Amino acid sequence: MHIMEGFLPVEHAIGWSLASLPFVAWGLRSVRRRLREQPEQRMLLGVAAAFSFVLSALKLPSLTGSSSHPTGVGLGALLFGPLAMVPVGFVVLLFQALLLAHGGLSTLGANLFSMAVVGPFVAAGLFRLGRRCGLPLAGCVFIAAALGDLATYLTTSIQLAWAFPDPAGGFIASLAKFGGIFAITQIPLAISEGLLTVLVVNTLARFNPEELKGLALFARRGARV
Amino acid sequence: MKKQNWLILLAVVLLTVLPLWLVPQLGIGVVSGPDGQASELFRGADDKAQRAIGEIAPDYKPWFAPLLAPASAEVASLLFALQAAFGAGVIGYWLGCAVTRDKLRRESQDKEAHAD
Repeated sequence: MHIMEGFLPVEHAIGWSLASLPFVAWGLRSVRRRLREQPEQRMLLGVAAAFSFVLSALKLPSLTGSSSHPTGVGLGALLFGPLAMVPVGFVVLLFQALLLAHGGLSTLGANLFSMAVVGPFVAAGLFRLGRRCGLPLAGCVFIAAALGDLATYLTTSIQLAWAFPDPAGGFIASLAKFGGIFAITQIPLAISEGLLTVLVVNTLARFNPEELKGLALFARRGARV
Repeated sequence: MKKQNWLILLAVVLLTVLPLWLVPQLGIGVVSGPDGQASELFRGADDKAQRAIGEIAPDYKPWFAPLLAPASAEVASLLFALQAAFGAGVIGYWLGCAVTRDKLRRESQDKEAHAD
């Protein structure tokens, strides 16, 4: 989902940066407040960030014949709310943009918006919806993490289609093209991410039931699996 | 629970390994490049998108270049490995702590039970 450095027109690059900026500030404030109120959550927040570090470094082959990587932000979004993942996504994307020439500074805003805003919000929203409908915890976690991951790549496709509409078919033709590259490739990887997130939540429920109870999204129905 | 975790791991491995075998078998994704030769399989989707931009808007020129680019693909893989290793280290530390704490808690509960 990394839009390469310089590959968004200036107006789009600035627009997406402005769109992401309030989420970064809001996210930092949310993380700081949580750590002040519940310092015992520090380790779990570290685990959620680390999960994103690992998953976004793994480029996996997919059925379309190209490779892509999961984002790993779904786990943290479920545990700490979507805002907490904005600073984490920012660190990951900045590291890759500065040292790896993967993504870029000019496209940081757009990439941040897809990976650290849309993905986590979709994941947390679906999780809440699933729990409200009474679905089992593992199912909710899987759906939330997998579709959150997919939502990130759909967003990237929309961003690129908006910036580069097809000369003949316009936005829709362009969206089909970028969607074919990003979103279709991502389907098996999104399933993998969903499964891995379930694995971590299973482990959390087994070894850290006390901490899970302190987390907003899990609190309502307890941490029973 | 244990069994479910193993099945999950197995499914993830299969999801990753199967494309490596299936894609060349079914001939998906073999797009011939501009030079007429089949392009490399399993290129990054980011690269493909970059190429698609070139097709849609051939006149588009990137207006900003990366400040630092890894000296080679090997150096890039070093940095990606570092990123993953850092994350895996943190997760491993947490797992070790959590398992040990759980064990100690259980032992102390056993002791209390015996004391009664």
